[in-house]
Amino acid sequence: MLKIEHIAKTFNPGTITEKKALTDCHLHLQPGDFVTVIGGNGAGKSTMLNAVAGTFLVDKGSIAIDGVDVTRLPEHKRAKYLGRVFQDPMTGTAATMSIEENLALAYRRGKPRTLCWGISNKERELYREQLKTLELGLEDRMSARIGLLSGGQRQALTLLMATLQKPKLLLLDEHTAALDPKTAAKVLQLTRKLVAENNLTALMITHNMKDALQYGNRTIMMHEGKIILDIDREAKARLKVEDLLMMFEKASGAGLNNDRMLLG
Amino acid sequence: MDIIKLFNAMPGAISQGVIWGIMAIGVYITYRILDVADLTVDGSIATGGAVAAMLITSGCDASLALVVAFLVGMLAGLVTGLFHTNMGIPAILAGILTQLALYSINLRIMDNKANTAVSANKFDLLVSSRNVRAFSLENPILLLAVITAVIIVLLYWFFGTEYGCSLRATGSNANMARAQGINTNRGTVFGLMLSNGIVALAGALLTQYQGFADVSMGRGAIVIGLAAVIIGEVVFGKVFRNFGLKLLAVSLGAVIYYMVIQVVLWLGLNTNDLKMLTALVVALFLAIPHWKAKLATSSMMKKEGEADA
Repeated sequence: MLKIEHIAKTFNPGTITEKKALTDCHLHLQPGDFVTVIGGNGAGKSTMLNAVAGTFLVDKGSIAIDGVDVTRLPEHKRAKYLGRVFQDPMTGTAATMSIEENLALAYRRGKPRTLCWGISNKERELYREQLKTLELGLEDRMSARIGLLSGGQRQALTLLMATLQKPKLLLLDEHTAALDPKTAAKVLQLTRKLVAENNLTALMITHNMKDALQYGNRTIMMHEGKIILDIDREAKARLKVEDLLMMFEKASGAGLNNDRMLLG
Repeated sequence: MDIIKLFNAMPGAISQGVIWGIMAIGVYITYRILDVADLTVDGSIATGGAVAAMLITSGCDASLALVVAFLVGMLAGLVTGLFHTNMGIPAILAGILTQLALYSINLRIMDNKANTAVSANKFDLLVSSRNVRAFSLENPILLLAVITAVIIVLLYWFFGTEYGCSLRATGSNANMARAQGINTNRGTVFGLMLSNGIVALAGALLTQYQGFADVSMGRGAIVIGLAAVIIGEVVFGKVFRNFGLKLLAVSLGAVIYYMVIQVVLWLGLNTNDLKMLTALVVALFLAIPHWKAKLATSSMMKKEGEADA
C-alpha cells in the first residue's frame, strides 16, 4: 500500500543549520498494516510522515501509495490518498469555520471544488450520524465554530475528517501528545476503532512505548533518519517496554534520548 | 459653525462612504477571509478609475466601463498573487511592488496625464455627485446601494460554494486546507484577483461620481478600507453574525467613517491633516485587541498572585 524506497532529505544544505533529517529511509506497508513508529528526538519520524504527505519533496528515493508514484506530487494532490491527524490540535481543523463546514471540506478531499453549494442537507444527516459515534455531543453543535472546541474534541473531529473519505493511508503524527492522559486514551481508542472498522492502513508516531506495543500489528523504530528496527505482530506480542529499550540500544549503539518518551 | 452646512454635506459623505464601502468589501476579502494584508489596492482603485475614465471619454457605455474596470483590477490582483505564490515574495511586499508598478501603468492608461476629467455634462454617467441632494432616481446613493447589495449577495453565494469554502479554509488554516486537497496557492491568487476586481470597480464608480480620475486617487486607500472593516466590526460585530451581514457591516463602516470625517471637517479640521487622523484612528483600533489581551493576562497574573499569597 505504501512503498518508501530509500528516501533522503537534508534541510538547509550547506549552511550552519544543515540537518540530515532522513538518510536512507526504506519502508513497505501491506494493505491493512497499522504501524506504530517510535524513536528519539530528531530521529526523523515526523519528517518521514511529512515526506509521505508531501509537505516537502525528498532529495533522493521514491514514494508510492497504492502503486501510484507520488514522489514529485505537491501536497494538495497527494491529499486524496491520505488522511492526516497532526500533533497540534489547531493544525487539523479550520478554527473560524463551523463543525459541519470542516466536515464538508474533508468530505470533498481529493475532489474538484465546484460552484455547487458547499454543504447539502443530505450530507448534514451523514455528519450527524458520524458525530454521534464520537459520543462527544458534537452532533447537536454542528454549526458551532471549531475554535470553541477543546483540544481532545478537535483531535477526535480531525480523526473523523481524516476517515470520512476512506484514505489509502492514515498518517498520525503524535496525535495524542498534546492531550491529557484521559483524553489521549479516548482518542487512541477511537483511532483503533476507526482503523479497524474501515480496514485502514496506518502509520502512527507515538512517544508512548506502551502504546507503541499495544496498538497496531507492527512497530518500527527510527534513529538518525533510518529505520533501525522492524518488529512484526508475533514479536510485538512477546515484547515488553524494557526489551524494546534494550533492542534500541543494541541497534543504535546509543541510549534513547527522547525527553518526552513515556515508558509506563 | 452652521449646522445646515453639515446637513448639506451629509448626502455627499454618505455616497462617498457607500463607494468606499464597496472598496472596503474588497479589502475584507483579503484582510479577513484570506488573512493577507494586500496593499495592491492603493494602485488598483486608481487603475479602475483610469480605465473607466478613458473608456467613457472615448464613448464607451458607463456600465460596460465598470465591468472592464473589474476585469483589469483582477489582472492587478493576479500580478500580486503570482509575486506572492510563484516567486515567494511576502504578501505585503508583493502588494507594494504591484502598487508601485501600477502608478506607471495608470499614467500610461491615462495617456501620460495625471488626471482625466469625465464630465457629467458631456457623458451619460451612472452616478454623479451633482445629483447627490436630488430627491429622484438620479440620486447616486440609490444606485450605489443597489450595486452594494448585488455585490454582497454574489459574494454570499460565492463563499458558500464548495470553491468559496475552500478559499475560506485557505485563509483560516492553510495547512489544514492542503491536507484536504485544496490548492492554497491558486486559492490565494484567485482571492487577490476577486478583491482587486471589486476595488477597481469601486474606483470606476468613484471616478464617475467625482467627475475625474486621478493617478493618486488611491493614496491611503488600504487604510480607509481597513478603517471601514474595523469600524464595521466594532459597531456591528455583536449583532451581525451572518456572513452577508458582516459584509454589510463593512459597507456601513465606510459610511460611518465618511460621516465622522465630515463632522470633524465641519468642526474645523484642516483637510490636509485628514490622512494622519485616519492613520492614527486605524492604528488605535488595530491596537485594541492587542491591549485587551495584555490586560487580560496581567489581571489573571494578579489574581494568581493574590491566590498564592
